[in-house]
Amino acid sequence: MKTIDKSNLDKIIGILKKDGYTVIGPIVKDGAIVYDEIESINDLPVGWGDEQEAGSYKLVKRNDDSLFGYVVGPQSWKKFLFPQRMKLWEAGREGRGFKINHSDEPVPKYAFLGVRSCELKAIFIQDKVFNNDMYTDSYYNNVRNNIFIISVNCTQSASTCFCVSMKSGPKAKDGFDISLTEVINKEGHYFVLDEASEKGKELTEMLDAQTATEQQIKAADEAIASAELSMKRSMNTAGIKELLYHNHDHPNWAEIATRCLSCANCTLVCPTCFCHTMEDTTDLTGDHTERWRRWDSCFSLDYSKVAGGSFRTSAKARYRQWMTHKLASWIDQFGTSGCVGCGRCISWCPVGIDITSEVEKIRNSPKNKIINQ
Amino acid sequence: MDNNKSGLMKLDPMTPEAVKVKKIFWETEDVFTIELVYDSDEKREFSYKPGQFNMLYAFGVGESAISISSDSSKKNSLLHTIHKVGYVTNVLSKLKKGDIIGLRGPFGSSWPLEEAKGKDICIIVGGIGLAPLRPSIYHILKHRKQYGKFVLLYGARTPRDILYPVELESWRKKYDIQIEVTVDRADSTWRGHVGVVTTLLNYVELNPEKTMAMVCGPEIMMKYAVDELIKHGVTEKEIYVSLERNMKCALGFCGHCQYGPSFVCKDGPVFSFSKVTDIFEIKEL
Repeated sequence: MKTIDKSNLDKIIGILKKDGYTVIGPIVKDGAIVYDEIESINDLPVGWGDEQEAGSYKLVKRNDDSLFGYVVGPQSWKKFLFPQRMKLWEAGREGRGFKINHSDEPVPKYAFLGVRSCELKAIFIQDKVFNNDMYTDSYYNNVRNNIFIISVNCTQSASTCFCVSMKSGPKAKDGFDISLTEVINKEGHYFVLDEASEKGKELTEMLDAQTATEQQIKAADEAIASAELSMKRSMNTAGIKELLYHNHDHPNWAEIATRCLSCANCTLVCPTCFCHTMEDTTDLTGDHTERWRRWDSCFSLDYSKVAGGSFRTSAKARYRQWMTHKLASWIDQFGTSGCVGCGRCISWCPVGIDITSEVEKIRNSPKNKIINQ
Repeated sequence: MDNNKSGLMKLDPMTPEAVKVKKIFWETEDVFTIELVYDSDEKREFSYKPGQFNMLYAFGVGESAISISSDSSKKNSLLHTIHKVGYVTNVLSKLKKGDIIGLRGPFGSSWPLEEAKGKDICIIVGGIGLAPLRPSIYHILKHRKQYGKFVLLYGARTPRDILYPVELESWRKKYDIQIEVTVDRADSTWRGHVGVVTTLLNYVELNPEKTMAMVCGPEIMMKYAVDELIKHGVTEKEIYVSLERNMKCALGFCGHCQYGPSFVCKDGPVFSFSKVTDIFEIKEL
């Protein structure tokens, strides 16, 4: 373990940029912390924190100059690995047929700075989604294989966080190149640094890094522990697959539907939701066409549409699909839950539906006592 | 990067390949069949299993998942029998001989023709559901001795909606197969059965211990057919159904075709009923 100061964090950004990486990090934009390209540590949300509750998110000024003093915002790293809108190919009419051209744009080389432990877990989950037993999504995997990850451990939790119960945080254990824990105390403002890859080690060697003292390591561990201890929400995942599989007819689904707006916010902010659709567009001549892939949501009516109509016409069925998929059938499909406990779907739900309490309502209904035990 | 571990396709699995319309003709008022060949001098063969489907792409309009309805032992061309119901199928119905369309596939699971060897076969289909089973029928008739008794029960809306009438007649004459056809609404020319397809089971002697059933049609029809088969003593494990869901990618990535834990495009469309028993009757799943 080593420690670095702020200027060395800046140096990391510089080295990565020189190495051809587009460095992505947290910035303040439109009243939220979002992920975008950064040039230096000056772009980071210095002194900003966030307050979150069901249906609410706001930035607050902190009384320190922390760089990572917020938790998570509405965006996740999936927007770079699995872009919201992406052109797959374009084609032009040729005689009675057509010719397809693929874009020859180079694959982006990203360095992600500030990946939270839950977000790292979300990336591992999407790794499984876009590389199944039959096919591999080429864009996702090409970007993924080039990525440099600097994770930042959480030293506080938002009231919507429940990563501890989902076993995905607050400390990143593997899968990063470098991990940082930000410490601000009487001794100063520093980052305890851990490297997990060759690339991470090579980069660290180029810094003015000190060997971390026992005291510094302890301070970092305590900061992470405070995030864990302050976590208010949790999800009881015991037997959750069976619980949801056996409760497709539970009255709570209809009750949720009286509040749920089917707006799809939860699926858009979720770092693991992967559903997408294909759109074919043509210009006015009808001779040029493009195929775009864009995010879709199981909350839309079109999502389940076939020639005879939609399979899930009610909001009840659509919410049930989302939650049962996320917490139950995901396990059958990918060997892991689809939830990392980041709490985004709770904060960004306009009516404040809380996935953890909806699970509890189903679990605690009299019928489910047996599964509950 | 090997993005096509399945080995089923030559190119990137999201890129349609050009194929040429060799023939297009109407089967009924709203169902047509397209015959497709590769649009190149290079001699290439189509390779697929009965029950699989392709994504057919109409230039500038979009794609539609269509099951293959031809004889899988004939590898020079492909037949798709298509119900004209949406944007894409409407455009496909207006194609002319020599037009080029895009094709991705084949995708999905197939009818269990290996496991079916030595067994009696009972095929129950409704409407366009006959098309995805026609490759199986070709296969069984071609290898007739490998299978036991062979029954085809087919329900159509009206006598005018009956698919492949000439072929049905020639199968009846040439092969050892019992074919029963029923219609929902008869006209003055109709001398056959009237009523839902499941009533046809009354005209068949089934030996449930050695019967395998393959069922395809609207979901409500499949539900009743499966119930009826079970009542006759056929086990769930020996009943296969082909399901339909919205499909965009056909690769198991886009999520649209999810049916409980399964992706219909990749784990289906053909399922052993025993795999979907628990969820088959859940509404809006």
